[in-house]
Amino acid sequence: MSVARYLDQLLPAWLAELLSISLPLALLLGLMAGGALVLIWLERKVAARVQDRLGPTRVGGGFGWLQTLADGIKLLSKEDLMPGGADGLLFRAAPYVSMMAAFTAMLALPFSGSCAATAGAERLANPFVGQQLNVGLYFVLAVLGLEVFGVVLAGYSSASKWSLFGAMREAAQVVSYEVPLGFCLVVPVALAGSMDLVVIGDLQGGGFWNWNVLHDPFTFITVWVYGACATASVNRAPFDLAEAESELVAGFHTEYSGLRWSFFFMAEYGSMITVGVLGAILFFGAWHAPVPVAWGLGLPPGGWLSSIVGDTACALLCNAMGAATVLIKGLLAVVVMMWVRWTLPRLRIDQVMTTCLKYCTPLAASMFVGMVLWQALLPGRVLMGALPHAPSNQRVEEPWREASAHPETRAL
Amino acid sequence: MDPSVWPGAPFLLLATLACASAVAVVLSYNVVRMALYLIVCLASTAGLFLLAGADFVGVTQLMIYVGGTVVLLVFGVMLTSQAQYVRMKAAPHELALAALVAGALLLLIGWGALRVEGWNAVSSGPVAVFNPEPQQTAAPIGLALMGVRPDSPPNAAAGQPGAAGYALPFELLSIHLLVALVGSAYLARAKKRVPSAGPTIGAASPRTQIQTPTSGPTS
Repeated sequence: MSVARYLDQLLPAWLAELLSISLPLALLLGLMAGGALVLIWLERKVAARVQDRLGPTRVGGGFGWLQTLADGIKLLSKEDLMPGGADGLLFRAAPYVSMMAAFTAMLALPFSGSCAATAGAERLANPFVGQQLNVGLYFVLAVLGLEVFGVVLAGYSSASKWSLFGAMREAAQVVSYEVPLGFCLVVPVALAGSMDLVVIGDLQGGGFWNWNVLHDPFTFITVWVYGACATASVNRAPFDLAEAESELVAGFHTEYSGLRWSFFFMAEYGSMITVGVLGAILFFGAWHAPVPVAWGLGLPPGGWLSSIVGDTACALLCNAMGAATVLIKGLLAVVVMMWVRWTLPRLRIDQVMTTCLKYCTPLAASMFVGMVLWQALLPGRVLMGALPHAPSNQRVEEPWREASAHPETRAL
Repeated sequence: MDPSVWPGAPFLLLATLACASAVAVVLSYNVVRMALYLIVCLASTAGLFLLAGADFVGVTQLMIYVGGTVVLLVFGVMLTSQAQYVRMKAAPHELALAALVAGALLLLIGWGALRVEGWNAVSSGPVAVFNPEPQQTAAPIGLALMGVRPDSPPNAAAGQPGAAGYALPFELLSIHLLVALVGSAYLARAKKRVPSAGPTIGAASPRTQIQTPTSGPTS
């Protein structure tokens, strides 16, 4: 929105409108493609280190930086195969369905919040988010669930038993794990009183003691359940039953090769980034550093730097730093997922279902109840109830009432 | 070009996509392809809702219809299909019947929609850009579904009770869904009677007993 307003002054309106739509899209597509490029390299390196190897060392210097690029060229030059019995339309459409779902989820993912000093203060810079929705979290959850459809289509249309098995496992797994995942996501929603990811993130400003993960014992446990469910929902080891190369060759993508196969991989890495960043936003302070760096640099309105270079410039700088912070946190989450992948053995399908139905779901549900009781008994405290809630963090308890009292609090 | 005309382009795109894929659902013979077209149709409808600023309805459409129902549908097809690609071809008299019912429904809906005042007189000029109110969040809907209406609280002074919530229709819908589920389970039951217990099971059980130790977990 702010981009549109800025460009309106320079360009004809229709061009400004078009640019302000395509700019976030291009940035997010860059994040997804570039992220996959970096993460595949990182995956190789992490795997190698876990297995006491060096990993790629030659392509592009000592650390094998360009290994993924070489992989990409290899994939491009591969023959594009389709099994004779396959349903051509579905076979071709499946990778795009997967990738579209992974990409669309990023549209509502904020990378920085409003840099406001006090509750109700006017926002100086708009948050970096493709489309801020007041049901942002719900949107991300709904769209991430659609990725399974690409996998199911791929498995069904491949005319291969391995693929069909993989797809059926995937469908069963994702549909089951959406239940505990939903319970985990409700916990920060209840804390913030909003499904708007920007509001949830801004609630945790100040320092690590304000983060949701340390809010109370129940949220602390919820984080672990969220980690397990998120790993399962993006289909990563130890929950990668849909691929399970030791049992099913390669599961749903057995029959895929070349570029189509790489689309599935891009979708997987894209949704890994999404759940990583989502976890950072919901539980680990979002775009706020563990210690109040922005405050120390005098970036909020009224700070020393702000009084020199101006509030708006500082707010923009604050947002850029926030975006870097949340991406680093998301990257750390992804590294943990890789570490887990190369450390733990794959579960059996019945163990996957047991983990979901017997452990994750009851645990997440009781953590939600516990958190609500904690909030009722000890309202307005953070850090396991040790500290009072920082007044600078916006909290929307009853949005329709709050908004009428301070219309600027939730202005888009 | 006036920027306020712009919402027209995405709207036309999504509406065309929704209609075209809806027609494709009807014309296709393959169940899974139908499901793909259905997904495109429902997702573009969700996109139309999002375009209109009804975020919650749009996302719920994605969550329940696209993410839940259609995935379950495809899952069911994969579990129950006898052959690889089931072709569903309707007999001519079934087609005629379906066309009759669908045409009647279309007439009814079209008649109902055109009776809404103001829709008839939509001007072709630029419309006001939709600017959602900041207080439009999902919370009032959620509370209203539970029976509390924050937008019209009870007026104690005038002795008026608050407006009725949506708890009753919501619960009725759930019961309706339950009935539909029971009915579909009844329709999808095994039509042929399985031969009652006896030699078949007795013959099968030694084999499973032999298989059990070898197929058990090796770890």
